Amino acid sequence: MEAQIKFYQTGTFTVGNRLLAEDQRTVQADMHRTNSLNSGHRACQGCGEALGARYAIDAAMRATDNKLIAVNATGCLEVFSTPYPETSWQLPWIHSLFGNAAAVASGVAAAQRALGHKGVRVIAQGGDGGTTDIGFGCLSGMFERNDDVLYICYDNEAYMNTGVQRSSATPPAARTATTPAVGPHPGNVFGTGKNVPLIAMAHNIPYVATASVSNLRDLERKVTYAMSIEGARYIHIFVPCPLGWGSAPEDTIKVARLAVETGLYPLFEAHHGEITARTHIRHQVPVTEYLKLQKRFAHLFGKTPDHERIAMIQKMADHNIAKFGLLP
Amino acid sequence: MDKPYAITLDAGSSLANKTGAWRTNRPLYVDLLPPCNHACPAGENIQAWLYHAESGDYEAAWRALTQDNPLAAIMGRVCYHPCEGACNRGKLDEAVGINSVERFLGDEAIKRGWKFDAPPAATGKRVLIVGAGPSGLSAAYHLRRFGHHVRIVEAGPFPGGMMRFGIPKYRLPRDVLDAEIKRILDLGVELELDTKVTDILATMRAGKFDAAFLAVGAHIAKRAYIPAGEAAHMLDAVAVLRSMENEDKPMLGRRVVVYGGGNTALDVARTAKRLGASEAIIVYRRTREKMPAHDFEVEEALQEGVLIKWLSTIKNMANEGTLTVEKMALDEKGFPQPTGEFETLEADSLILALGQDVDLSLLEGVPGLAIKEGTVQVAPNMMTGYPGIFAGGDMVPSERTVTVGVGHGKKAARNIHAWLSGADYAPAPKHALATFEKLNPWYYSDAPKTVRPMLELARRTSTFDEVVSGLDETNALFEARRCLSCGNCFECDNCYGVCPDNAVIKLGPGKRFEFNLDYCKGCGICVSECPCGAIKMIPEVV
Repeated sequence: MEAQIKFYQTGTFTVGNRLLAEDQRTVQADMHRTNSLNSGHRACQGCGEALGARYAIDAAMRATDNKLIAVNATGCLEVFSTPYPETSWQLPWIHSLFGNAAAVASGVAAAQRALGHKGVRVIAQGGDGGTTDIGFGCLSGMFERNDDVLYICYDNEAYMNTGVQRSSATPPAARTATTPAVGPHPGNVFGTGKNVPLIAMAHNIPYVATASVSNLRDLERKVTYAMSIEGARYIHIFVPCPLGWGSAPEDTIKVARLAVETGLYPLFEAHHGEITARTHIRHQVPVTEYLKLQKRFAHLFGKTPDHERIAMIQKMADHNIAKFGLLP
Repeated sequence: MDKPYAITLDAGSSLANKTGAWRTNRPLYVDLLPPCNHACPAGENIQAWLYHAESGDYEAAWRALTQDNPLAAIMGRVCYHPCEGACNRGKLDEAVGINSVERFLGDEAIKRGWKFDAPPAATGKRVLIVGAGPSGLSAAYHLRRFGHHVRIVEAGPFPGGMMRFGIPKYRLPRDVLDAEIKRILDLGVELELDTKVTDILATMRAGKFDAAFLAVGAHIAKRAYIPAGEAAHMLDAVAVLRSMENEDKPMLGRRVVVYGGGNTALDVARTAKRLGASEAIIVYRRTREKMPAHDFEVEEALQEGVLIKWLSTIKNMANEGTLTVEKMALDEKGFPQPTGEFETLEADSLILALGQDVDLSLLEGVPGLAIKEGTVQVAPNMMTGYPGIFAGGDMVPSERTVTVGVGHGKKAARNIHAWLSGADYAPAPKHALATFEKLNPWYYSDAPKTVRPMLELARRTSTFDEVVSGLDETNALFEARRCLSCGNCFECDNCYGVCPDNAVIKLGPGKRFEFNLDYCKGCGICVSECPCGAIKMIPEVV
């Protein structure tokens, strides 16, 4: 972890800080940042994915001196950024299919090598649907071949573009179009889903990390590091979706921050299959603080709160805290 | 242009898509009134000078501070800092040590010899100030900076008023007092000492003054009728503290009893201890909660061994120094009532600290004045009932602190300036208060307040060395950087960073930001993630 800069009013928690030297500030604080994802995109108000994508790609652009190609899976990010013939992307960018972003990126990387384009790096990116479900086979292949690609998954925990259907990244109890909040077990079923960062680690690839739009410095540091090494790399970024989660647009970062502070979304790094670092929780809060802001969990807080399910979610958070060592 | 396979249109930029049209609410940058500034009796722009101190530019900080208050080093010692009581950081961990940073800046200014800017060209107007206490000095400073000719007439042998004759040295060293007074006089303020104004209108006529500011303070000790033998040694607190400035220190004896419960009572009891009294006992008729003295002063006095008898009144004093004390009990309304229970107390001297009255003799014969409960009534512009005569400080109804006096001086100076120019002084409208609820405190670093190093107890009870010592450069910087900048942008770049639509334009250092309403969708993330509450949403007008 980078050292906290003490006594500077907001230290390193805010995007910028006038008391820090230029080279200690974030990429996002730069007046001349790339704005890789430009204004005019059609993402909803308060879109966490649009924000996460700009954070990550701007950092990667700086790290590679703008020698970067992005491959995009189908999903919100592709649809809202590039309704032909307009695009918001300010870097070479290609979209092929929903499930093949990792494979296309492997090919782009091979092509750059074949053409002798030294130093041109490749990022593949997609949502949780295109990553954890539909693109999972191609992703696993890219990992096991150790292709020189950074794959970024922007996780908003469901298929938002098509109308909020459940994915294998949807958390338990969450209401989606396909897991309605009805019956004796409302919302998504407990004990389902998969943890792709841990699966990526099982491929023994050089670098796996989780990040969140609420922790900008942490995110930029992880992307910058990933671009400094070769081989298959995976970063999973937590991006709240106001539309799909039923949270207020202005609360996007707050919701993401609470996911980290409750322990529900652990921030960690792994090298070659071993966890090497975790980002500590700063002010621990109970999961209800996080759940209450989202209508997809509203059924837990009806006239009689669903204490049983809330306790099960708290247990998940406590388990993460213990497993990843999230308390300082 | 040759197009690659299957592409028939040029790639267009999404900038053509003005997403600002989606908006129903728009963000607006605001400046709110920080609670510290709001609470400051001298009207200091505390947050503004802390801002400079945060970046280590102490001279700029001191210059911003002295826009409102010329006595930084004095304030940093004697001010009761209501700013810290109001500080939003107090709800997070502990209030910012504003007072100690102020003292550091004041001390730096003395050490480095910083001077005020020279006053502007003379206006030709002459203003008389009566009294060289905090209020008179503050008024002189501000009037001089407006370009008026200023003459202070002071009855005592030295300038400073109660800062010299009321506040003990262990709280305010005299070299500090002298340095800050001299800096004001160096602006070209005339000072006439040992001159008591007996007829204000005559003095104004004789000196061709266009206006006057009266700040004579409250120096006459209030008396209580206590039957006493002829040889009983009874003194008043004001006289005791005043005589501390002389060669011959007052003879108080080994057992000293002080009657009263204000800060003066504590000052005089602590002074008695320092003069060698083995016992200094304060007798006060009510309880500690009801005591008008400030809590930290009570605490420091108790630490130094001063004893306090609560709920007690003094009935009489016999020749050999025996005091009869009656115990009191609070009634249902919280007022002390006699119980008929008596005890005796041995005392070599009894010092009365029961408050002070104003010497109003200079105002005799001035028409139109309103005097109520021994103080001069003034309008909101600090003018008395007689046009051109203004008054402030302890002689008008007030809390009677140095800081309030300094605030009166500033306010009076601005109004005198307006009056001399034939205009009304209209203060700028105040911004809405930056309450804690408007902040997003998550972003602020966790940092405890630096405790001011205290002189060891043993040392400070036997000498008149200063009790509380100052911060050094590193911890003053640390304190300044604990400021939350409530309600005013400090360019943390959060709004610029968190906008999913890149609709915040960063204008560069010191220039803040503006919104690009062509693309702002009105999500409001910038508002909720602004640490200091400097952005709000307002409805779009259709």
